Amino acid sequence: MYSEKYQASLAAVEAARAKNIAMEPQRMTAQQKEELLATYHPDYKTNEFSVLQIGPNKGDKVPHELAEMLQAHSRISADSVDLSAPDYETDVLVIGGGGAGTSAAIEAHRAGAKVMIVTKLRMGDANTMMAEGGIQAADKPNDSPAIHFVDAFGGGHFAAKRELLAKLVCDAPEAIQWLSELGVEFDKEADGTMVTTHGGGTSRKRMHAAKDYSGAEIMRTLRDEVLNLQIPVVDFTAAIELILDENGQAAGAVLMNMETKELLVAKAKTVIIATGGAGRMHYQGFPTSNHYGATADGLVLGYRAGAKLLYAETLQYHPTGAAHPEQIFGALVTEKVRSLGAKLVNKNGEVFMHPLETRDVTAASIIRECSTRENGIETGNGTAVWLDTPMIEAIGGEGTIEKRIPAMMRMFEKYGIDIRKEPILVYPTLHYQNGGLDITVDGMTTNVKNLFVAGEAVGGIHGKNRLMGNSLLDIIVFGRNAGIHAAQTAKTATVGKLSLDHVAAFEKEIAAAGIQTEAVSPKLLPNYARKADK
Amino acid sequence: MEKMVNIFLFGKKYEVPENLTIMTAMEYAGYQLVRGCGCRNGFCGACATIYRIAGDRELKACLACQTTVQDNMYIVTLPFFPLVKQVYDMDKISVNESVMMQLYPEIYACVGCNACTKSCTQGLNVMQYIAYAQRGDFEKCAEESFDCVMCGVCSSRCPAGISHPQVGMLARRINGKYLAPGCGHLEDRVKEIKNGDFNELIEALMQKPVEEIKELYNTREIEK
Ligand SMILES: Cc1cc2nc3c(=O)[nH]c(=O)nc-3n(C[C@H](O)[C@H](O)[C@H](O)COP(=O)(O)OP(=O)(O)OC[C@H]3O[C@@H](n4cnc5c(N)ncnc54)[C@H](O)[C@@H]3O)c2cc1C
Ligand code: SF4
Ligand code: SF4
Ligand code: FES
Repeated sequence: MYSEKYQASLAAVEAARAKNIAMEPQRMTAQQKEELLATYHPDYKTNEFSVLQIGPNKGDKVPHELAEMLQAHSRISADSVDLSAPDYETDVLVIGGGGAGTSAAIEAHRAGAKVMIVTKLRMGDANTMMAEGGIQAADKPNDSPAIHFVDAFGGGHFAAKRELLAKLVCDAPEAIQWLSELGVEFDKEADGTMVTTHGGGTSRKRMHAAKDYSGAEIMRTLRDEVLNLQIPVVDFTAAIELILDENGQAAGAVLMNMETKELLVAKAKTVIIATGGAGRMHYQGFPTSNHYGATADGLVLGYRAGAKLLYAETLQYHPTGAAHPEQIFGALVTEKVRSLGAKLVNKNGEVFMHPLETRDVTAASIIRECSTRENGIETGNGTAVWLDTPMIEAIGGEGTIEKRIPAMMRMFEKYGIDIRKEPILVYPTLHYQNGGLDITVDGMTTNVKNLFVAGEAVGGIHGKNRLMGNSLLDIIVFGRNAGIHAAQTAKTATVGKLSLDHVAAFEKEIAAAGIQTEAVSPKLLPNYARKADK
Repeated sequence: MEKMVNIFLFGKKYEVPENLTIMTAMEYAGYQLVRGCGCRNGFCGACATIYRIAGDRELKACLACQTTVQDNMYIVTLPFFPLVKQVYDMDKISVNESVMMQLYPEIYACVGCNACTKSCTQGLNVMQYIAYAQRGDFEKCAEESFDCVMCGVCSSRCPAGISHPQVGMLARRINGKYLAPGCGHLEDRVKEIKNGDFNELIEALMQKPVEEIKELYNTREIEK
């Protein structure tokens, strides 16, 4: 139920629905897209970025909020931690218990290494758990890894590291098989054929799903397998600094118990950063679809230890965050809603774009509709456009919504909105960190030995924008890959004397560059507690 | 002015705006959450919460991130519940009801009180999916338990000490791995890739000047 102030616009949307369903909106030309992005996409707002003054990416631009964390003080002073008697010793230390971390741990274990996972909240409290839409893989006869490559390369503005992208698309079918063998339930026809759909920017229907709990289904299965393999998991424990050895190779991490603040030392032969994304940094004040612990910690840990970032200036704003009601502001409305046929409609009931352009183009187009074109609907939290969900039932038949996107239906039902009958209000939300630590094809950072990275903390697999369904894919492909190579490397690695000299050196750099800051990093959690004086 | 309501967090009274969720109301009251907060959007089950509206006989359970506060709501969070998770090897387990007998025999002690179903934060028919598990009907158990976020509320109410979400988990894995129909086109594609059938195409893309790939991309044919 929408209040009185929405009724006039709602009536316009309803009146135009039949016509809007029938209409096939034009796709934009390459040039139209470029102009749109340059004018409206948040990544192009130069005053929202700062130039890094220190560290491996000195001179590069990143969002203000990330620059503050990358150039902040450590939470510890280098000489206050006793490295001589580690609390944990292992071959492979995995930091982060999301999809990438658990895939890595499972493969490292299978390769015979001693593995442990440390994670900030509980295992599975992670962006992976929240993915709804699905996972891409070119496994249908009319598709091929090469077509998948072109879709992803173009979607990422031709900036992906090609060797990483080639691995992503070529290992994709096997990743689906690996998950199936672990017991992940994919949507299938009676004869076993995968039910696949389009995602924004795909040229073939290659999105595999487990209803709209695709990520949850993958995450809970991986978590269950980690528990079956009895891999030690230390939860509510964050990595707050990497430990290097005297030769500058990754050799563990300083950990902090999130509740007691106790510091612990983990020594390892190889380390895998799998800390995920950064939505809770709220870049440019955007709301976010991400889990509570998405604060770019891995980028900070790596950066201070000397690892390079790639494309850290590019973020993905998911075009359809919930804009109403207040209780779910910023929460994701999965792209699958558009894959299934719902179109974007402005306050006058006009379809203003093709619903399946890439995410960055769609987000920019919605921002344009709500700003200079003044065709947005006021919500009290800003402006928004309609996503006309009843179209799905009209196209796919009654029951399609309940069958294909039950989580969406439930999310709005709680607030009295029946998405089968009424459209919903959406506006872009901060969704995905396109950039991250720079790796080679075996998953190791390009310049810190024995330091591996997997998942959303990696930069370069997708380029400057990522297609829906390619991230769940990358956490499996590159998670497994990092696990295998970290285990292999651990077999022959020798660890020298443990050291936090890089932390001390970084403090000196901060001072030398004249950076005045009170901030400490990594951020670990956003602070949403209302100040007593407010 | 936003309308305010009174809520009681662990018995202590706070005045909060009426349009907040229990989770954001706790933050409004000044809590910096560490436990009991994961995805903040109904997927992870970290925020299981039990509440009673003053005067009501009924005790209710919910997810704090998914539930709007009400006036006179007495709230206690349940950020952890000691579920039993058995360890098993997916490659070796038997795919009939004997596996439940072996791993989760307590499900056969269900007294049919329906407390699990009544308390489920996802509105699932929990008692029914346990009944399916008892019969070894894993496909139905998987289907019925699919939306489970493993919050553990049902288990906290069960007189038989059953760890329902773990039973559902096992059933779903068995279903996904053994009972769901195999996928021919997937197997074929994995073989073709292993066989190197696409090497040439991919190799060509690795070398191609960006301008040529742009042309390919901008003129690609899109499946209807
Ligand atoms: C709402 C939503 C929907 C999505 N839908 C899709 C989709 O349909 N398809 C798709 O392909 N992708 C989707 N994505 C993207 C995709 O889910 C994520 O990019 C991906 O799952 C990230 O996996 P990860 O393992 O790298 O990170 P995560 O799953 O976020 O795991 C990172 C883990 O590391 C922990 N951690 C963080 N910092 C530290 C620290 N300092 N010390 C210890 N632990 C730490 C975190 O708490 C977390 O548990 C979606 C994302 C969101 C948020
Ligand atoms: S079945 Fe139990 S664990 Fe699963 S969602 Fe319902 S109450 Fe939570
Ligand atoms: S609460 Fe326990 S005993 Fe009661 S119906 Fe549910 S499973 Fe059976
Ligand atoms: S915080 Fe994940 S379900 Fe509420």
